Amino acid sequence: MSLFNFFRRASAPIARERLQILLAHERNAGSHPDLLGMLREEILAVIGRHVAIDPDKVQIKLDRGKSVSTLEIDIEIPNREQMAGAAARFNPLALDAGRAC
Amino acid sequence: MAQVLVVTSGKGGVGKTTSTAALGAALAHDGTKVVVIDFDVGLRNLDLVMGAERRVVFDLVNVINGVAKLPQALIRDKRLESLHLLPASQTRDKDALTEDGVAKVIDELREKFDWIICDSPAGIERGATLAMRYADTAIIVTNPEVSSVRDSDRIIGLLDSKTVKAERGERIDKHLLITRYSSSRAARGEMLSIDDVLEILSTPLLGIIPESQEVLRASNVGSPVTLSNPLSAPARAYFDAARRLKGEQVSMNVPSETRGIFNRLFARKAA
Repeated sequence: MSLFNFFRRASAPIARERLQILLAHERNAGSHPDLLGMLREEILAVIGRHVAIDPDKVQIKLDRGKSVSTLEIDIEIPNREQMAGAAARFNPLALDAGRAC
Repeated sequence: MAQVLVVTSGKGGVGKTTSTAALGAALAHDGTKVVVIDFDVGLRNLDLVMGAERRVVFDLVNVINGVAKLPQALIRDKRLESLHLLPASQTRDKDALTEDGVAKVIDELREKFDWIICDSPAGIERGATLAMRYADTAIIVTNPEVSSVRDSDRIIGLLDSKTVKAERGERIDKHLLITRYSSSRAARGEMLSIDDVLEILSTPLLGIIPESQEVLRASNVGSPVTLSNPLSAPARAYFDAARRLKGEQVSMNVPSETRGIFNRLFARKAA
């Protein structure tokens, strides 16, 4: 057994490193336990006001890096809605701008 | 003044109930009045570990619902007369525990006891949050193993946000109790070391309970390990932890079983 162990790398340092990385991420999310869920809902609500979208065709990804984090939003807009979508994109914005004044 | 302790962990099976019973008995050893409360409604086990399973008549939920008075539900330990148990109910009603009900019971117990130890269920649901809700001090039971350490981190977050003390802007006292520790395995790099766990969780250490057959033996016979075999390594570690809770300075070491020649040879080879 001792000979076998001799060639095997100690596993505790691996456990330690994995935990440190994982917990750093989980603690970040701690203030908003469901940050992604919240972002997803609010972004969908805003875009949905102007363009018809399928909630299942939306992907939101949050990559936390050491210095920079990136938020990736991928929304698929159905083709047949393109015309209506384009129209909606202009008119409501104009309306919104009008309301803001 | 009474101290309310919660023994919690997030993960199940790490030794919350064992530690509650062992610390309760260790604290009550000098006549200090101690009550241990089982918050695991539907899956009670503290009664069994304490060897009082056949003496349960009323429980915590009965007291909250007004079916029984608190003194009727308290079970006095047969070995230590200053140690009492308030069992959980076996009915699986999730809403049986209410915040106001628990607050009332704890307030009443504060007048009668020096230490009130709440044995939390695993998880982060109602039973667990109510067990920690009114605590002055938390003991986080952790095994030197990745899933236990992760869950402890989560529980520490809850202790700092969901307890009455935290909501008042006060700091809840938190202590780590590392159980099932094996010095030799840690030395060989097979197990997270005490320093690893302390660094990751950055919470002060209350005690180190070594892995030992005595713990299973104690639960088999229905006795806290501090009563069934007070000289065993885990019992000595629990006694040390209890003294630290009382504010004594006790040097931190991992008690080991008295070593025979075989063990000594083995330990030397392993190191």
